[in-house]
Amino acid sequence: MATVDLKDVKKVYPSGFEAVKGVSIAVPDKELCVLVGPSGCGKSTLLRMIAGLETISSGTVAIDGKIVNSTGPTERDIAMVFQNYALYPHMKVYDNMAYGLRNRGTPKDEIDSRVRATAKILELSALLDRRPRELSGGQRQRVAMGRAIVRNPRVFLFDEPLSNLDAKLRGQMRVEIKNLQRSLGVTSVYVTHDQLEAMTLADILVVMNAGLVEQMGAPLDVYERPASTFVASFIGAPPMNLLPLSQGPAGPALADGKTIEFAPANAVTLGFRPEDADVTFGAEAPSGALILPALVEAVEPVGAESFLHCAAGGSRIVVRVAGRATATVGNQLRVVAKAEKLHWFDQAGKRVG
Amino acid sequence: MVPPASSPRSGSVTPRVVFPNKVLPYLLVAPQLAITLVFFYWPAGQAFYQSMLRQDPFGLRTKFVWFANFRKVLADPAYLNSIKVTVVFSLATAIVAMCVALLLAVMAEKVVRGKGLYRTLLIWPYAVAPAIAGMLWLFLFNPSIGSLAYMLRSFGIAWDPLLNGTHAMILLVSAAAWKQISYNFLFFVAGLQAVPKALIEAAAMDGAGETKRFWTIIFPLLAPTTFFLLVVNTVYALFDTFGIVHAVTGGGPGKTTETLVYKVYNDGFVNLILGDSAAQSVILMVIVISLTAIQFRYVERKVHYG
Repeated sequence: MATVDLKDVKKVYPSGFEAVKGVSIAVPDKELCVLVGPSGCGKSTLLRMIAGLETISSGTVAIDGKIVNSTGPTERDIAMVFQNYALYPHMKVYDNMAYGLRNRGTPKDEIDSRVRATAKILELSALLDRRPRELSGGQRQRVAMGRAIVRNPRVFLFDEPLSNLDAKLRGQMRVEIKNLQRSLGVTSVYVTHDQLEAMTLADILVVMNAGLVEQMGAPLDVYERPASTFVASFIGAPPMNLLPLSQGPAGPALADGKTIEFAPANAVTLGFRPEDADVTFGAEAPSGALILPALVEAVEPVGAESFLHCAAGGSRIVVRVAGRATATVGNQLRVVAKAEKLHWFDQAGKRVG
Repeated sequence: MVPPASSPRSGSVTPRVVFPNKVLPYLLVAPQLAITLVFFYWPAGQAFYQSMLRQDPFGLRTKFVWFANFRKVLADPAYLNSIKVTVVFSLATAIVAMCVALLLAVMAEKVVRGKGLYRTLLIWPYAVAPAIAGMLWLFLFNPSIGSLAYMLRSFGIAWDPLLNGTHAMILLVSAAAWKQISYNFLFFVAGLQAVPKALIEAAAMDGAGETKRFWTIIFPLLAPTTFFLLVVNTVYALFDTFGIVHAVTGGGPGKTTETLVYKVYNDGFVNLILGDSAAQSVILMVIVISLTAIQFRYVERKVHYG
């Protein structure tokens, strides 16, 4: 039952390095906000400022409408799941989970019932007497979650909690975190560099780059209408194909000289997603579509789909085809993308239209 | 002719070296063995042999008496007193040296500016020779000329380590602990740095204040360091403080600060009762060996955190 509001938050280190350059984000009650971006984009610093582990250079952080800039992490009533779990190695699982409650003077029998109830939710009941070093990575992850949940805090913070797990476990925990967060209804901020995690978990997706917010919104909106070439290439796997345009004699043209008649005048980059293009061996050409002659350079069969890596329009592009690919390396074919599926970006990398 | 090189055991980090020659490895360890034999086993054997001898004061007649010296020494009230003095002195020195060092290390962690300088200055006393350290404290607390003794007197404390055994012990413990603090400080600083920052942050978010964090998270995680230092400090206080005792109190007043090591010296080289002195050194040797054994046993199944 809390909202988290960041207003023009900045972080400047004593060395003069500006890690966060003015970020404003509003996380409504019970929603999960994911901060995603490459390493060094300031997302973890921002999270640590919400937690109270880093001082705020300027701007305000408010929880439930109350500014907490000068409140220490101890008093903010926030729980955090750390990347390396940060479990207390000398305490049993039970004590790890009870620690926060004991510090707040919760009565003994209430601690016991809450720890056991939480352990049941997370299927940790059999492990309560173990120490962290006797647990697997996935189990440690659960204990870290349990330690956060048991306190029933106002806000959850997650700092890349799944990055130390193997791929299969990561997928499983992702679903569990989403379900838990939804059923507990606790406002959460989640930091990751994995765009898949970001897309699947987020109610609000915040894409960050170099200390600034590049784009913020519902995950699918961000996916369908990336605000910049950065977002376009960061969100989606494989990323969006981006082809540079230059001013030819008859309007904007691709690197190989092919003129794109329907390109907006100020567009310098053309983009389309791998799944928004079709390949054809024939000569039929739907009007108003981007048609690129392409040479297949590599084929990646994934199972349900295949990715064709092609040379086209003077660049390298990736096209997704369903199932088994009929094209093989060395084939000449044509890549067709509908005009409404094309994205245009201007000189500054911002979206056009 | 060349024996087949056995392949190193898979999984071991350092592969076993296989020498083609049978004699070479023994030659290579020979210098180390020779040093150990000449400087440790030989004198130890001599001491053991001497502990069973009894000599007249002029060294003219020597009698082999089996374990009579041990019986005599262990029944001697002065020796039992010396054991008591040693236990009190060693424990007090170890505890004071460790507590102060831990406090300084925790404080040094908080220093933002000039951390390196601060640490360097705190490590310096370790370079002072024991006898010099002893003299330093002796002068500071000398009842007639010591500046700190003067201050104590002006606070109404009748400070007199020359006549008061307790005062002498306090002075001795202070001097011995002061010298060991730097060493402990170094290890505690390293130990504190090894405590993951994330744990302290997690504890802070779990609602633990600074004092609570220290006692529930940091101190338990320092346990291996603390145990190691406890052993090292006890051994230091037991055997390495001869110089300080000699310089500060010389075992006095009376025999109130005569530690086991100092008594070995007193009986052997001052009173020239060589048999008793040798028996005492053998007893000391047994104590060292058992202390070391305890340490190694513990280190082997040392709590491995993380």
